[in-house]
Amino acid sequence: MRQRSLIAITAALAAGALTLTACGSRDSGGDKGSDSGKGGGTTVTIGIDAPLTGDLSALGLGIKNSVDLAVNTANKQNLVKGVTFKMVAKDDQAQPSSGQQNASAFVSDSSVLGVVGPLNSSVAQSMQKVFDDAKLVEVSPANTNPALTQGTDWQKTKSRPYKSYFRTATTDAIQGPFAAQYVFNKAKKTKVFVIDDKKTYGAGLAATFTSEFTKLGGKVVGTEHINPDTKDFSAVATKVKNSGAEVVYYGGEYPQAGPLSKQIKAAGANIPLIGGDGVYDPTYIKLAGSSATGDLATSVGAPVETLASAKEFVANYKAGGYKEDYAAYGGYSYDSAWAIIEAVKKVVDDNGGKLPSDARAKVTAAVQNVSFDGVTGKVSFDEYGDATNKQLTVYSVTGGAWKAVESGTYAGG
Amino acid sequence: MNELPQQLVNGLLLGSMYGLVAIGYTMVYGIVQLINFAHGEIFMTGAFGALTVYAYILPDGTSMWVALPLMLIGAIVVAVTVAVGAERFAYRPLRTAPRLAPLITAIGLSLALQQAVWAWYPEAKSARTFPTIPGGPFTIGNVTIQTGDIFLVVAAPLSMAFLAYFVMRTRTGRGMQATAQDPDTAKLMGVNTDRIIVIAFALGAAFAAVGGVAYGLKYGQIDFKMGFLLGLKAFTAAVLGGIGNIYGAMLGGLVLGVAEALSTAYIADIPGMDKFGSQSWADVWAFILLILVLLFRPQGLLGERVADRA
Repeated sequence: MRQRSLIAITAALAAGALTLTACGSRDSGGDKGSDSGKGGGTTVTIGIDAPLTGDLSALGLGIKNSVDLAVNTANKQNLVKGVTFKMVAKDDQAQPSSGQQNASAFVSDSSVLGVVGPLNSSVAQSMQKVFDDAKLVEVSPANTNPALTQGTDWQKTKSRPYKSYFRTATTDAIQGPFAAQYVFNKAKKTKVFVIDDKKTYGAGLAATFTSEFTKLGGKVVGTEHINPDTKDFSAVATKVKNSGAEVVYYGGEYPQAGPLSKQIKAAGANIPLIGGDGVYDPTYIKLAGSSATGDLATSVGAPVETLASAKEFVANYKAGGYKEDYAAYGGYSYDSAWAIIEAVKKVVDDNGGKLPSDARAKVTAAVQNVSFDGVTGKVSFDEYGDATNKQLTVYSVTGGAWKAVESGTYAGG
Repeated sequence: MNELPQQLVNGLLLGSMYGLVAIGYTMVYGIVQLINFAHGEIFMTGAFGALTVYAYILPDGTSMWVALPLMLIGAIVVAVTVAVGAERFAYRPLRTAPRLAPLITAIGLSLALQQAVWAWYPEAKSARTFPTIPGGPFTIGNVTIQTGDIFLVVAAPLSMAFLAYFVMRTRTGRGMQATAQDPDTAKLMGVNTDRIIVIAFALGAAFAAVGGVAYGLKYGQIDFKMGFLLGLKAFTAAVLGGIGNIYGAMLGGLVLGVAEALSTAYIADIPGMDKFGSQSWADVWAFILLILVLLFRPQGLLGERVADRA
């Protein structure tokens, strides 16, 4: 009897774990159907895929609201005659499986001519092929993993895997080394402890940081990989403290980075944590607590508030009455949506004021050649689909908020 | 190796939390042979109960010394209400059903509770900050203990002492032992088994609530998903210690916590093992430990003392 009950326990454990994991990836986007061809005008849908719930929802909702603002602005200006833009947002909960389901749903809706998103590089990996097969353009405001545009062998030979994928954010191939140069040259720290969460984004960032940091002459005194599902990093924090590191580099996102920073400081290591754009969010400061002062993060582009082109965006966002902040990717999301809108305009104009039958392929081709002054500066894409704007900024936590410390473009390795 | 004392303390603190939650699994299993998979969520609702007291009932700026006992009461009230409600409406109707039925109900309840907090608790869609105990960390030798952990250091042994007293010395406690041993005979001897079962659920929930408050104080944040992984770990701790045995639950928790801390700290130093030593492997080592214990000592570390029926 005892053995049987143990088997039951084990089976239940497995069943429970599987059930809960599967349920974590349920699709909660309920929008479907299209209104294209209604009356005289045409409705073009811009899809959004981002984590709208869960740990990363602060970033995801910022993306959604910013795209909404772009769509409303285009409609208000009547930018494309005869076309009304509409947005449909789907929640990927930062899960690749949900992202792929959402991608399939967007593909099957013929009114969707472009998708903004996703937030996570790992989610993008699962979506790229679905979109590419349908020739539906995808513009991510936030993915920074180099492999997405330059292929998995990007360090040796660059080759673009999917022609329908673009991004307005710059890549970790630039972001990691940019942080390394700042830490070594400006902050004068030579001993680093590198931690990542083993995800596509985090591990990639940690690797590019490490290679540039050691090239400059810095020393990696320890490495760790954490499990993003847990909140207990005390064992790691103790290792960091005893390693004699002067700074911690974390490749990952703020839900883990915040508690990690807090626990490292609590363990008695009074050293700053530096991360990438996945850390650059107000929620990080909330989670890391008062000891976060002095922590650093790099993020793509110049600070949105300081660009003249962005003033209008910030003002309009405020006037839009959105409940949530536009967060780290607001400007990039607006520009991503605008790139699609510009492409639709070009396609419609070229076709005598009507949408052609192969609109998706034409829009994808048109996005490749867009060029306009966006919120984050000049927006255009290179032969890999990457943003040509390679500006980056280092931010530091000062007085409970992120303050820009230094902005610049990455000067080669 | 001067890191060792600190890593042991890290592990023991984490383990105490596992242990507090594991008690609920073990007691309910010991008495009704049910693995209450929703127990992790009872832990979670307890933490939210404490947050509710702090954020919505007490005036702003209440001293933690005043707030903490009230938060603890809030946590226990919420967790016990949820657990007793679950027992009454989800498990009792199925008490004579095949054992798989209440197990599936438990998994469903676990999801329902998570989604309920997600959907209805204000701003619970991402992590919510939890108040912390003011004051700096304490250093003893080269071991640092955080103020947030002090609660755990005090609460875990106190809870255990209370439980030992309750089970061994009170009438109700002896009734629990009797019910665990043989419910039918216990009933014939005049033990109100329905009442005993409710008490087992309530007591387990109260401990989970203490664990929930400890979690909030330790990490400074709580979220609707926090019960899942922790519940799974606590369940593992209960099995490790010998499911049905309340001391085993605490011991299993401590062993699990220490195993996680030490595997993170030292496995990478073993030649050839550097790929398997990071914190992301801690769970793997914890489960390997569980498998080893079950292989060589299937009844768990302390065996079943309370329940002897399975």
